[in-house]
Amino acid sequence: MGATLVEKIFSSRCGKEIEAGDVVMAAVDRAMIHDITGPLAIQKFREMGGERVFDPARIVMLFDHQVPADSIQAAENQKFMREFALGQGIHNYDLREGVCHQVVLEKGHAAPGEIVVGSDSHTCMYGAAGAFATGIGSTDMGFVLKFGALYFRVPDSIRVEVNGAFAPRVGAKDLILSIAGDIGADGATYQALEFAGETFRSMPMAGRMTCANMAIEMGAKAGIVPPDTITREYVQARRPDAAGFDLASDRDAVYAEWREYEVADLVPQVAVPHNVDHVVGVDEVAGTHVDQVFIGSCTNGRYEDFAEAAGVLGDRKFSDAVRVVLIPASKEEYLKTLRAGLIERFVEAGALVEAPCCGPCMGGAFGLLAPGEVSLSTSNRNFRGRQGSTEAGVYLCSAATAAASAITGEITDPREV
Amino acid sequence: MRIWTFGDDIDTDAIIPGRFLTEYDPGKLAEHVFEGTRDDFRTGVRPGDVVVAGRNFGCGSSREHAPLALLGAGVKVVVAESFARIFYRNAVNTGLLPLVCPDTSALLEGHEIKVDPVGGFIESDGVRYAVEAVPPFMQAIVDAGGLVDYAKEMKEVELCTGSRR
Repeated sequence: MGATLVEKIFSSRCGKEIEAGDVVMAAVDRAMIHDITGPLAIQKFREMGGERVFDPARIVMLFDHQVPADSIQAAENQKFMREFALGQGIHNYDLREGVCHQVVLEKGHAAPGEIVVGSDSHTCMYGAAGAFATGIGSTDMGFVLKFGALYFRVPDSIRVEVNGAFAPRVGAKDLILSIAGDIGADGATYQALEFAGETFRSMPMAGRMTCANMAIEMGAKAGIVPPDTITREYVQARRPDAAGFDLASDRDAVYAEWREYEVADLVPQVAVPHNVDHVVGVDEVAGTHVDQVFIGSCTNGRYEDFAEAAGVLGDRKFSDAVRVVLIPASKEEYLKTLRAGLIERFVEAGALVEAPCCGPCMGGAFGLLAPGEVSLSTSNRNFRGRQGSTEAGVYLCSAATAAASAITGEITDPREV
Repeated sequence: MRIWTFGDDIDTDAIIPGRFLTEYDPGKLAEHVFEGTRDDFRTGVRPGDVVVAGRNFGCGSSREHAPLALLGAGVKVVVAESFARIFYRNAVNTGLLPLVCPDTSALLEGHEIKVDPVGGFIESDGVRYAVEAVPPFMQAIVDAGGLVDYAKEMKEVELCTGSRR
Protein backbone atom coordinates (compact mmCIF):
# COMPACT_ATOMS: atom_id res chain seq x y z
CA MET A 1 0.00 0.00 0.00
CA GLY A 2 1.37 3.37 -0.97
CA ALA A 3 1.99 6.31 1.33
CA THR A 4 0.99 9.95 1.13
CA LEU A 5 3.57 12.72 1.21
CA VAL A 6 2.66 13.45 4.84
CA GLU A 7 3.00 9.78 5.85
CA LYS A 8 6.39 9.67 4.12
CA ILE A 9 7.64 12.71 6.01
CA PHE A 10 6.83 11.07 9.35
CA SER A 11 8.14 7.65 8.23
CA SER A 12 11.39 9.22 7.15
CA ARG A 13 11.71 11.07 10.45
CA CYS A 14 11.03 7.95 12.50
CA GLY A 15 12.91 5.39 10.42
CA LYS A 16 9.88 3.14 10.31
CA GLU A 17 6.62 2.98 8.47
CA ILE A 18 4.14 5.49 9.87
CA GLU A 19 0.54 5.64 8.72
CA ALA A 20 -2.21 8.21 9.07
CA GLY A 21 -3.79 7.84 12.49
CA ASP A 22 -0.58 6.85 14.22
CA VAL A 23 0.44 8.99 17.14
CA VAL A 24 4.17 9.64 17.29
CA MET A 25 6.64 11.68 19.27
CA ALA A 26 8.60 13.31 16.45
CA ALA A 27 11.57 15.66 16.47
CA VAL A 28 10.87 19.02 14.83
CA ASP A 29 13.21 20.80 12.43
CA ARG A 30 12.09 24.32 13.26
CA ALA A 31 9.91 26.06 15.81
CA MET A 32 8.60 29.59 15.30
CA ILE A 33 7.33 31.93 18.02
CA HIS A 34 6.05 35.49 17.75
CA ASP A 35 5.05 38.36 20.02
CA ILE A 36 1.50 37.18 20.73
CA THR A 37 1.92 33.55 21.68
CA GLY A 38 5.65 33.58 22.46
CA PRO A 39 5.59 35.04 25.97
CA LEU A 40 3.17 32.36 27.19
CA ALA A 41 5.24 29.64 25.46
CA ILE A 42 8.33 30.84 27.29
CA GLN A 43 6.42 30.90 30.57
CA LYS A 44 5.24 27.31 29.96
CA PHE A 45 8.79 26.24 29.04
CA ARG A 46 9.93 27.61 32.40
CA GLU A 47 7.04 25.97 34.27
CA MET A 48 8.05 22.67 32.66
CA GLY A 49 11.43 23.07 34.27
CA GLY A 50 13.10 24.24 31.08
CA GLU A 51 16.44 25.97 31.49
CA ARG A 52 18.13 25.77 28.09
CA VAL A 53 16.11 25.43 24.89
CA PHE A 54 16.69 22.23 22.89
CA ASP A 55 18.63 23.95 20.10
CA PRO A 56 18.68 27.74 19.71
CA ALA A 57 19.60 27.42 16.01
CA ARG A 58 16.30 25.66 15.31
CA ILE A 59 14.14 28.34 16.88
CA VAL A 60 12.90 31.32 14.92
CA MET A 61 11.71 34.34 16.86
CA LEU A 62 10.17 37.50 15.49
CA PHE A 63 7.59 40.15 16.23
CA ASP A 64 4.81 40.86 13.75
CA HIS A 65 1.42 41.15 15.43
CA GLN A 66 1.89 44.41 17.32
CA VAL A 67 4.56 46.20 15.39
CA PRO A 68 5.85 48.59 16.41
CA ALA A 69 4.54 47.97 19.93
CA ASP A 70 1.12 49.59 20.23
CA SER A 71 0.81 49.46 24.00
CA ILE A 72 3.10 49.36 27.00
CA GLN A 73 2.06 45.80 27.58
CA ALA A 74 2.96 44.79 24.01
CA ALA A 75 6.33 46.50 24.51
CA GLU A 76 6.83 44.58 27.76
CA ASN A 77 6.04 41.27 26.05
CA GLN A 78 8.54 42.03 23.30
CA LYS A 79 11.17 43.10 25.81
CA PHE A 80 10.63 39.82 27.69
CA MET A 81 11.11 37.84 24.47
CA ARG A 82 14.19 39.84 23.42
CA GLU A 83 15.83 39.09 26.74
CA PHE A 84 14.94 35.41 26.48
CA ALA A 85 16.46 35.25 22.98
CA LEU A 86 19.65 36.95 24.15
CA GLY A 87 20.01 34.66 27.14
CA GLN A 88 19.38 31.51 25.10
CA GLY A 89 21.35 32.45 21.99
CA ILE A 90 18.26 32.41 19.78
CA HIS A 91 18.43 34.56 16.67
CA ASN A 92 15.66 37.13 16.93
CA TYR A 93 14.50 38.85 13.75
CA ASP A 94 12.68 41.23 16.11
CA LEU A 95 10.40 43.66 14.25
CA ARG A 96 12.69 44.18 11.26
CA GLU A 97 11.65 41.44 8.83
CA GLY A 98 7.89 41.12 8.71
CA VAL A 99 5.13 38.56 9.13
CA CYS A 100 6.24 35.23 10.61
CA HIS A 101 4.98 32.94 7.87
CA GLN A 102 6.52 34.92 5.05
CA VAL A 103 9.81 35.42 6.89
CA VAL A 104 10.27 31.75 7.83
CA LEU A 105 9.95 30.78 4.16
CA GLU A 106 12.07 33.54 2.68
CA LYS A 107 14.88 32.97 5.18
CA GLY A 108 14.95 29.28 4.28
CA HIS A 109 13.73 27.94 7.62
CA ALA A 110 11.33 25.48 5.98
CA ALA A 111 12.27 22.94 3.33
CA PRO A 112 10.71 19.85 1.74
CA GLY A 113 10.27 16.93 4.10
CA GLU A 114 10.88 18.96 7.23
CA ILE A 115 8.58 19.15 10.23
CA VAL A 116 7.97 22.73 11.30
CA VAL A 117 5.76 23.97 14.12
CA GLY A 118 4.75 27.50 14.98
CA SER A 119 2.57 28.96 17.69
CA ASP A 120 0.31 30.53 15.08
CA SER A 121 -2.48 28.79 13.24
CA HIS A 122 -1.32 29.85 9.77
CA THR A 123 1.97 27.99 10.22
CA CYS A 124 0.50 25.57 7.68
CA MET A 125 1.70 28.07 5.04
CA TYR A 126 5.17 26.43 5.08
CA GLY A 127 3.56 23.50 3.27
CA ALA A 128 4.07 25.68 0.18
CA ALA A 129 7.73 24.59 0.40
CA GLY A 130 6.84 20.93 0.80
CA ALA A 131 7.27 20.90 4.58
CA PHE A 132 4.85 19.35 7.04
CA ALA A 133 3.97 22.44 9.04
CA THR A 134 1.30 22.96 11.64
CA GLY A 135 0.10 25.52 14.16
CA ILE A 136 0.27 24.72 17.85
CA GLY A 137 -0.62 26.45 21.10
CA SER A 138 1.75 28.00 23.60
CA THR A 139 1.87 25.05 26.02
CA ASP A 140 2.71 22.67 23.17
CA MET A 141 5.36 25.20 22.13
CA GLY A 142 6.77 25.25 25.65
CA PHE A 143 7.18 21.48 25.33
CA VAL A 144 8.89 21.91 21.95
CA LEU A 145 11.27 24.55 23.32
CA LYS A 146 12.31 22.09 26.02
CA PHE A 147 12.47 18.82 24.10
CA GLY A 148 12.66 19.72 20.39
CA ALA A 149 9.86 17.26 19.77
CA LEU A 150 6.11 16.95 20.02
CA TYR A 151 3.36 14.37 19.83
CA PHE A 152 1.59 14.35 16.47
CA ARG A 153 -1.37 12.39 15.31
CA VAL A 154 -0.35 11.84 11.71
CA PRO A 155 -3.22 13.12 9.56
CA ASP A 156 -4.73 11.43 6.57
CA SER A 157 -4.85 13.56 3.44
CA ILE A 158 -7.41 15.04 1.13
CA ARG A 159 -6.03 15.24 -2.40
CA VAL A 160 -7.00 18.49 -4.10
CA GLU A 161 -6.23 18.00 -7.78
CA VAL A 162 -6.46 21.21 -9.77
CA ASN A 163 -6.18 21.57 -13.52
CA GLY A 164 -6.50 24.34 -16.08
CA ALA A 165 -5.22 27.88 -16.50
CA PHE A 166 -6.69 30.87 -14.64
CA ALA A 167 -8.55 33.54 -16.60
CA PRO A 168 -7.05 37.06 -16.37
CA ARG A 169 -7.55 38.71 -12.92
CA VAL A 170 -8.38 35.32 -11.38
CA GLY A 171 -5.81 33.42 -9.32
CA ALA A 172 -4.74 31.39 -6.31
CA LYS A 173 -6.83 33.35 -3.79
CA ASP A 174 -9.99 32.81 -5.80
CA LEU A 175 -9.14 29.12 -6.03
CA ILE A 176 -8.56 28.62 -2.31
CA LEU A 177 -11.70 30.63 -1.41
CA SER A 178 -13.67 28.43 -3.77
CA ILE A 179 -12.17 25.27 -2.19
CA ALA A 180 -12.93 26.59 1.31
CA GLY A 181 -16.50 27.21 0.24
CA ASP A 182 -16.78 23.60 -0.92
CA ILE A 183 -14.96 21.84 1.89
CA GLY A 184 -16.38 24.06 4.65
CA ALA A 185 -14.85 25.56 7.79
CA ASP A 186 -14.49 22.16 9.46
CA GLY A 187 -14.47 19.87 6.44
CA ALA A 188 -10.79 19.02 6.73
CA THR A 189 -10.43 18.96 10.52
CA TYR A 190 -7.46 16.84 11.59
CA GLN A 191 -6.54 16.19 7.93
CA ALA A 192 -3.91 17.46 5.55
CA LEU A 193 -4.76 19.09 2.23
CA GLU A 194 -2.41 17.95 -0.53
CA PHE A 195 -2.54 20.48 -3.38
CA ALA A 196 -1.64 18.93 -6.73
CA GLY A 197 -2.41 18.91 -10.45
CA GLU A 198 -1.12 20.95 -13.37
CA THR A 199 -2.40 24.27 -11.98
CA PHE A 200 -0.26 23.83 -8.87
CA ARG A 201 2.72 22.51 -10.83
CA SER A 202 2.80 25.78 -12.79
CA MET A 203 1.82 28.01 -9.86
CA PRO A 204 4.55 30.37 -8.54
CA MET A 205 5.49 30.12 -4.86
CA ALA A 206 3.40 33.20 -3.99
CA GLY A 207 0.18 31.44 -5.02
CA ARG A 208 1.18 28.21 -3.31
CA MET A 209 1.72 30.18 -0.11
CA THR A 210 -1.75 31.74 -0.41
CA CYS A 211 -3.35 28.29 -0.72
CA ALA A 212 -1.32 26.49 1.96
CA ASN A 213 -1.93 29.44 4.31
CA MET A 214 -5.67 28.94 4.22
CA ALA A 215 -5.67 25.17 4.87
CA ILE A 216 -6.43 25.99 8.51
CA GLU A 217 -9.60 27.79 7.41
CA MET A 218 -10.98 24.35 6.57
CA GLY A 219 -9.76 23.00 9.92
CA ALA A 220 -6.79 21.23 8.33
CA LYS A 221 -3.70 20.37 10.31
CA ALA A 222 -1.49 21.04 7.31
CA GLY A 223 -1.60 22.07 3.68
CA ILE A 224 1.15 20.80 1.44
CA VAL A 225 2.26 21.26 -2.15
CA PRO A 226 4.44 18.37 -3.41
CA PRO A 227 7.93 19.77 -4.00
CA ASP A 228 9.02 20.30 -7.61
CA THR A 229 11.40 22.46 -9.63
CA ILE A 230 9.64 25.65 -8.53
CA THR A 231 10.08 24.61 -4.89
CA ARG A 232 13.71 23.73 -5.55
CA GLU A 233 14.48 27.08 -7.12
CA TYR A 234 12.89 28.98 -4.24
CA VAL A 235 14.27 26.93 -1.36
CA GLN A 236 17.80 26.34 -2.65
CA ALA A 237 18.29 30.06 -3.23
CA ARG A 238 17.75 30.43 0.54
CA ARG A 239 19.09 27.12 1.86
CA PRO A 240 21.67 25.66 -0.56
CA ASP A 241 21.92 22.47 1.52
CA ALA A 242 18.19 21.72 1.51
CA ALA A 243 17.14 18.31 0.24
CA GLY A 244 13.93 16.32 -0.06
CA PHE A 245 12.88 17.69 -3.44
CA ASP A 246 12.11 14.18 -4.71
CA LEU A 247 9.43 13.59 -2.08
CA ALA A 248 6.05 12.65 -3.52
CA SER A 249 2.98 10.66 -2.64
CA ASP A 250 2.88 7.15 -4.06
CA ARG A 251 0.49 6.58 -6.95
CA ASP A 252 -1.41 4.08 -4.83
CA ALA A 253 -1.42 6.25 -1.71
CA VAL A 254 -4.65 6.06 0.26
CA TYR A 255 -6.49 9.36 0.55
CA ALA A 256 -9.43 10.19 2.79
CA GLU A 257 -10.93 12.03 -0.15
CA TRP A 258 -10.02 13.03 -3.71
CA ARG A 259 -11.34 16.33 -5.08
CA GLU A 260 -10.91 17.67 -8.59
CA TYR A 261 -11.11 21.27 -9.75
CA GLU A 262 -10.92 22.93 -13.15
CA VAL A 263 -10.05 26.62 -12.97
CA ALA A 264 -10.55 27.82 -16.56
CA ASP A 265 -14.07 29.02 -15.77
CA LEU A 266 -13.37 30.16 -12.19
CA VAL A 267 -14.57 33.72 -11.53
CA PRO A 268 -13.31 36.06 -8.76
CA GLN A 269 -14.52 34.77 -5.40
CA VAL A 270 -15.53 36.63 -2.23
CA ALA A 271 -16.07 35.26 1.29
CA VAL A 272 -18.89 37.20 2.92
CA PRO A 273 -19.25 37.94 6.66
CA HIS A 274 -18.77 36.23 9.02
CA ASN A 275 -17.51 32.83 7.84
CA VAL A 276 -14.56 31.99 5.62
CA ASP A 277 -16.58 29.22 3.92
CA HIS A 278 -19.45 31.54 3.02
CA VAL A 279 -18.08 32.08 -0.47
CA VAL A 280 -19.82 33.51 -3.54
CA GLY A 281 -18.86 34.68 -7.02
CA VAL A 282 -18.05 38.41 -7.06
CA ASP A 283 -21.24 39.13 -9.06
CA GLU A 284 -23.39 38.19 -6.08
CA VAL A 285 -21.95 40.92 -3.86
CA ALA A 286 -20.87 43.46 -6.49
CA GLY A 287 -22.07 46.93 -5.55
CA THR A 288 -21.65 46.43 -1.79
CA HIS A 289 -20.30 49.66 -0.31
CA VAL A 290 -16.85 49.34 1.33
CA ASP A 291 -15.25 51.66 3.89
CA GLN A 292 -11.81 50.08 4.01
CA VAL A 293 -9.72 47.95 1.66
CA PHE A 294 -6.78 46.04 3.09
CA ILE A 295 -4.22 44.52 0.74
CA GLY A 296 -1.62 42.60 2.71
CA SER A 297 -1.17 39.88 5.36
CA CYS A 298 0.67 36.57 5.10
CA THR A 299 -2.04 35.41 2.70
CA ASN A 300 -1.64 38.13 0.07
CA GLY A 301 1.04 40.64 1.01
CA ARG A 302 3.65 39.66 -1.55
CA TYR A 303 5.07 41.55 -4.53
CA GLU A 304 2.91 39.46 -6.88
CA ASP A 305 -0.22 40.67 -5.08
CA PHE A 306 0.83 44.31 -5.28
CA ALA A 307 1.80 43.91 -8.95
CA GLU A 308 -1.66 42.48 -9.63
CA ALA A 309 -3.28 45.35 -7.71
CA ALA A 310 -1.15 47.91 -9.57
CA GLY A 311 -2.14 46.32 -12.87
CA VAL A 312 -5.81 46.82 -12.02
CA LEU A 313 -5.19 50.35 -10.74
CA GLY A 314 -3.31 51.58 -13.81
CA ASP A 315 -2.93 55.34 -13.59
CA ARG A 316 -6.21 55.92 -11.77
CA LYS A 317 -6.84 56.94 -8.16
CA PHE A 318 -8.46 55.07 -5.32
CA SER A 319 -11.87 56.34 -4.22
CA ASP A 320 -11.76 59.10 -1.61
CA ALA A 321 -14.58 57.29 0.17
CA VAL A 322 -12.34 54.30 0.91
CA ARG A 323 -9.44 53.97 3.32
CA VAL A 324 -6.93 51.88 1.39
CA VAL A 325 -4.33 50.20 3.61
CA LEU A 326 -1.42 48.32 2.04
CA ILE A 327 0.95 46.25 4.16
CA PRO A 328 3.71 44.18 2.58
CA ALA A 329 4.22 40.81 4.26
CA SER A 330 7.95 41.30 4.73
CA LYS A 331 10.87 43.64 4.24
CA GLU A 332 11.92 41.61 1.19
CA GLU A 333 8.47 41.93 -0.41
CA TYR A 334 8.31 45.61 0.57
CA LEU A 335 11.62 46.36 -1.10
CA LYS A 336 10.71 44.43 -4.24
CA THR A 337 7.45 46.37 -4.47
CA LEU A 338 9.20 49.66 -3.71
CA ARG A 339 11.96 49.13 -6.27
CA ALA A 340 9.39 48.31 -8.93
CA GLY A 341 7.91 51.76 -8.35
CA LEU A 342 4.60 50.41 -7.14
CA ILE A 343 4.67 51.92 -3.65
CA GLU A 344 4.95 55.39 -5.18
CA ARG A 345 2.02 54.59 -7.46
CA PHE A 346 -0.15 53.40 -4.56
CA VAL A 347 0.67 56.42 -2.41
CA GLU A 348 -0.12 58.77 -5.29
CA ALA A 349 -3.41 56.93 -5.76
CA GLY A 350 -4.34 57.59 -2.13
CA ALA A 351 -3.26 54.49 -0.21
CA LEU A 352 -1.63 54.28 3.20
CA VAL A 353 1.41 52.01 3.09
CA GLU A 354 2.48 50.57 6.42
CA ALA A 355 5.63 48.73 7.46
CA PRO A 356 5.49 44.90 7.27
CA CYS A 357 3.31 43.45 10.05
CA CYS A 358 -0.05 41.77 10.58
CA GLY A 359 -1.94 45.07 10.80
CA PRO A 360 -5.73 44.90 10.66
CA CYS A 361 -5.65 41.10 10.27
CA MET A 362 -4.56 40.88 13.89
CA GLY A 363 -7.53 42.98 14.96
CA GLY A 364 -5.61 44.72 17.66
CA ALA A 365 -2.99 47.08 16.40
CA PHE A 366 -4.52 49.49 13.89
CA GLY A 367 -6.79 49.79 10.89
CA LEU A 368 -9.81 48.75 12.93
CA LEU A 369 -13.42 49.15 11.88
CA ALA A 370 -16.24 51.12 13.50
CA PRO A 371 -19.69 49.56 14.01
CA GLY A 372 -21.53 49.25 10.73
CA GLU A 373 -18.42 49.57 8.58
CA VAL A 374 -17.37 47.15 5.87
CA SER A 375 -13.85 45.99 5.08
CA LEU A 376 -12.72 44.20 1.97
CA SER A 377 -9.57 42.34 2.80
CA THR A 378 -7.03 40.06 1.16
CA SER A 379 -6.33 38.39 4.52
CA ASN A 380 -7.51 34.95 5.60
CA ARG A 381 -10.26 35.43 8.20
CA ASN A 382 -13.54 37.29 8.29
CA PHE A 383 -14.70 36.21 11.73
CA ARG A 384 -17.03 38.64 13.48
CA GLY A 385 -14.90 41.28 15.20
CA ARG A 386 -11.71 40.15 13.47
CA GLN A 387 -10.87 43.68 12.28
CA GLY A 388 -12.44 45.74 15.03
CA SER A 389 -16.11 46.17 15.93
CA THR A 390 -18.25 43.04 16.15
CA GLU A 391 -20.87 45.13 14.35
CA ALA A 392 -18.59 45.52 11.32
CA GLY A 393 -18.32 43.11 8.40
CA VAL A 394 -15.22 41.73 6.68
CA TYR A 395 -15.26 40.36 3.13
CA LEU A 396 -12.28 38.38 1.81
CA CYS A 397 -11.01 38.48 -1.76
CA SER A 398 -7.94 38.59 -4.01
CA ALA A 399 -5.64 41.59 -4.45
CA ALA A 400 -7.17 42.18 -7.91
CA THR A 401 -10.71 42.35 -6.54
CA ALA A 402 -9.52 44.50 -3.64
CA ALA A 403 -7.84 47.00 -5.99
CA ALA A 404 -10.84 47.20 -8.33
CA SER A 405 -13.13 47.80 -5.36
CA ALA A 406 -10.82 50.44 -3.89
CA ILE A 407 -11.14 52.40 -7.14
CA THR A 408 -14.94 52.33 -7.24
CA GLY A 409 -15.75 52.30 -3.50
CA GLU A 410 -17.88 49.21 -3.82
CA ILE A 411 -17.20 45.52 -4.35
CA THR A 412 -16.26 45.28 -8.00
CA ASP A 413 -15.35 42.53 -10.44
CA PRO A 414 -11.69 43.18 -11.34
CA ARG A 415 -12.38 42.08 -14.93
CA GLU A 416 -14.73 45.03 -15.37
CA VAL A 417 -12.63 48.05 -14.43
CA MET B 1 -23.67 23.74 37.02
CA ARG B 2 -25.68 25.56 34.39
CA ILE B 3 -25.57 25.37 30.64
CA TRP B 4 -24.59 28.25 28.37
CA THR B 5 -25.47 27.38 24.78
CA PHE B 6 -23.59 28.50 21.69
CA GLY B 7 -23.97 27.66 17.98
CA ASP B 8 -21.64 26.26 15.32
CA ASP B 9 -18.21 27.64 14.36
CA ILE B 10 -17.59 29.62 17.54
CA ASP B 11 -14.18 31.05 16.67
CA THR B 12 -11.28 32.08 18.86
CA ASP B 13 -11.74 35.76 17.97
CA ALA B 14 -15.23 35.51 19.48
CA ILE B 15 -13.94 33.79 22.62
CA ILE B 16 -11.20 36.38 23.16
CA PRO B 17 -10.75 39.26 20.67
CA GLY B 18 -7.28 40.00 19.30
CA ARG B 19 -6.88 43.31 21.10
CA PHE B 20 -6.73 41.57 24.49
CA LEU B 21 -3.99 39.09 23.63
CA THR B 22 -1.22 41.04 25.31
CA GLU B 23 -2.62 39.49 28.51
CA TYR B 24 -2.12 35.85 29.33
CA ASP B 25 -3.34 35.75 32.91
CA PRO B 26 -6.62 33.70 32.94
CA GLY B 27 -8.35 36.07 35.37
CA LYS B 28 -7.59 39.15 33.28
CA LEU B 29 -8.53 37.39 30.03
CA ALA B 30 -11.83 36.38 31.61
CA GLU B 31 -12.74 40.08 31.92
CA HIS B 32 -13.06 40.09 28.12
CA VAL B 33 -14.33 36.58 27.33
CA PHE B 34 -16.89 36.70 24.48
CA GLU B 35 -16.69 40.51 24.54
CA GLY B 36 -18.87 41.94 21.82
CA THR B 37 -20.35 38.61 20.80
CA ARG B 38 -22.00 37.36 24.01
CA ASP B 39 -21.69 40.07 26.66
CA ASP B 40 -24.17 38.51 29.13
CA PHE B 41 -21.85 35.53 29.52
CA ARG B 42 -19.09 37.54 31.15
CA THR B 43 -21.35 39.03 33.79
CA GLY B 44 -23.53 35.97 34.38
CA VAL B 45 -21.17 33.01 34.30
CA ARG B 46 -20.61 31.20 37.60
CA PRO B 47 -17.77 28.83 38.50
CA GLY B 48 -18.52 25.34 37.25
CA ASP B 49 -20.90 26.44 34.49
CA VAL B 50 -20.60 24.48 31.26
CA VAL B 51 -20.33 25.83 27.71
CA VAL B 52 -22.36 23.74 25.25
CA ALA B 53 -21.88 24.32 21.53
CA GLY B 54 -22.47 22.87 18.09
CA ARG B 55 -19.84 21.99 15.51
CA ASN B 56 -16.28 23.25 15.18
CA PHE B 57 -15.94 25.00 18.53
CA GLY B 58 -12.73 27.04 18.82
CA CYS B 59 -11.93 27.34 15.12
CA GLY B 60 -9.35 29.88 14.05
CA SER B 61 -6.32 31.05 15.93
CA SER B 62 -3.81 28.97 17.90
CA ARG B 63 -4.16 31.49 20.76
CA GLU B 64 -4.18 29.57 24.01
CA HIS B 65 -5.73 32.69 25.47
CA ALA B 66 -9.09 31.21 24.39
CA PRO B 67 -9.18 28.19 26.74
CA LEU B 68 -7.45 30.32 29.40
CA ALA B 69 -10.20 32.97 29.19
CA LEU B 70 -12.84 30.26 29.73
CA LEU B 71 -10.87 28.77 32.62
CA GLY B 72 -10.48 32.23 34.13
CA ALA B 73 -14.25 32.62 33.97
CA GLY B 74 -14.64 29.41 35.97
CA VAL B 75 -15.60 27.15 33.08
CA LYS B 76 -13.92 23.75 33.37
CA VAL B 77 -15.83 21.85 30.69
CA VAL B 78 -16.90 22.57 27.10
CA VAL B 79 -19.30 20.15 25.44
CA ALA B 80 -19.49 20.41 21.65
CA GLU B 81 -20.47 18.32 18.66
CA SER B 82 -16.92 18.80 17.37
CA PHE B 83 -13.87 20.91 18.15
CA ALA B 84 -11.30 22.63 16.00
CA ARG B 85 -8.02 20.75 16.26
CA ILE B 86 -5.73 23.36 17.83
CA PHE B 87 -8.34 24.49 20.36
CA TYR B 88 -8.98 20.89 21.41
CA ARG B 89 -5.32 20.30 22.08
CA ASN B 90 -4.86 23.65 23.82
CA ALA B 91 -7.83 22.83 26.05
CA VAL B 92 -6.37 19.47 27.10
CA ASN B 93 -2.97 21.08 27.64
CA THR B 94 -4.34 23.80 29.90
CA GLY B 95 -6.81 21.65 31.85
CA LEU B 96 -10.10 22.67 30.18
CA LEU B 97 -11.97 19.46 29.46
CA PRO B 98 -13.33 19.24 25.88
CA LEU B 99 -16.11 16.66 25.57
CA VAL B 100 -17.49 15.60 22.21
CA CYS B 101 -21.22 14.90 22.20
CA PRO B 102 -22.65 13.99 18.76
CA ASP B 103 -25.86 16.01 19.20
CA THR B 104 -26.08 18.91 21.63
CA SER B 105 -29.29 20.44 20.26
CA ALA B 106 -31.50 19.21 23.14
CA LEU B 107 -29.27 20.75 25.83
CA LEU B 108 -30.93 23.95 26.95
CA GLU B 109 -29.60 27.30 28.08
CA GLY B 110 -29.73 27.80 31.84
CA HIS B 111 -30.64 24.21 32.62
CA GLU B 112 -28.66 22.16 35.09
CA ILE B 113 -26.06 19.73 33.75
CA LYS B 114 -24.11 16.94 35.37
CA VAL B 115 -20.78 15.96 33.82
CA ASP B 116 -19.16 12.58 34.39
CA PRO B 117 -16.09 12.33 32.15
CA VAL B 118 -14.93 9.09 33.74
CA GLY B 119 -18.31 7.45 33.21
CA GLY B 120 -18.36 8.95 29.72
CA PHE B 121 -21.67 10.80 29.95
CA ILE B 122 -23.40 14.07 30.68
CA GLU B 123 -26.91 14.41 32.05
CA SER B 124 -29.46 17.18 31.77
CA ASP B 125 -33.25 17.29 32.20
CA GLY B 126 -33.18 13.64 33.18
CA VAL B 127 -31.60 12.56 29.89
CA ARG B 128 -28.18 10.97 29.73
CA TYR B 129 -25.93 11.63 26.72
CA ALA B 130 -22.81 9.63 25.88
CA VAL B 131 -19.66 11.69 25.35
CA GLU B 132 -16.46 10.60 23.66
CA ALA B 133 -13.49 10.08 25.90
CA VAL B 134 -10.30 12.04 25.35
CA PRO B 135 -8.04 9.94 23.03
CA PRO B 136 -5.72 7.55 24.91
CA PHE B 137 -2.49 9.40 24.09
CA MET B 138 -3.95 12.59 25.52
CA GLN B 139 -5.44 10.87 28.55
CA ALA B 140 -2.02 10.60 30.11
CA ILE B 141 -1.69 14.38 29.81
CA VAL B 142 -5.13 14.92 31.35
CA ASP B 143 -4.31 12.46 34.14
CA ALA B 144 -1.11 14.37 34.87
CA GLY B 145 -3.12 17.59 35.20
CA GLY B 146 -2.10 19.14 31.89
CA LEU B 147 0.99 19.17 29.70
CA VAL B 148 3.06 21.33 32.06
CA ASP B 149 2.78 18.84 34.91
CA TYR B 150 3.21 15.97 32.47
CA ALA B 151 6.49 17.43 31.21
CA LYS B 152 7.83 18.88 34.46
CA GLU B 153 9.85 15.93 35.67
CA MET B 154 10.91 14.74 32.22
CA LYS B 155 14.49 15.36 31.18
CA GLU B 156 14.07 14.08 27.63
CA VAL B 157 11.53 12.37 25.43
CA GLU B 158 11.81 9.06 23.65
CA LEU B 159 11.54 9.91 19.97
CA CYS B 160 9.30 8.11 17.52
CA THR B 161 7.44 6.29 20.23
CA GLY B 162 3.70 6.36 20.02
CA SER B 163 0.64 4.35 19.38
CA ARG B 164 -1.10 2.90 16.39
CA ARG B 165 -4.54 4.36 15.85
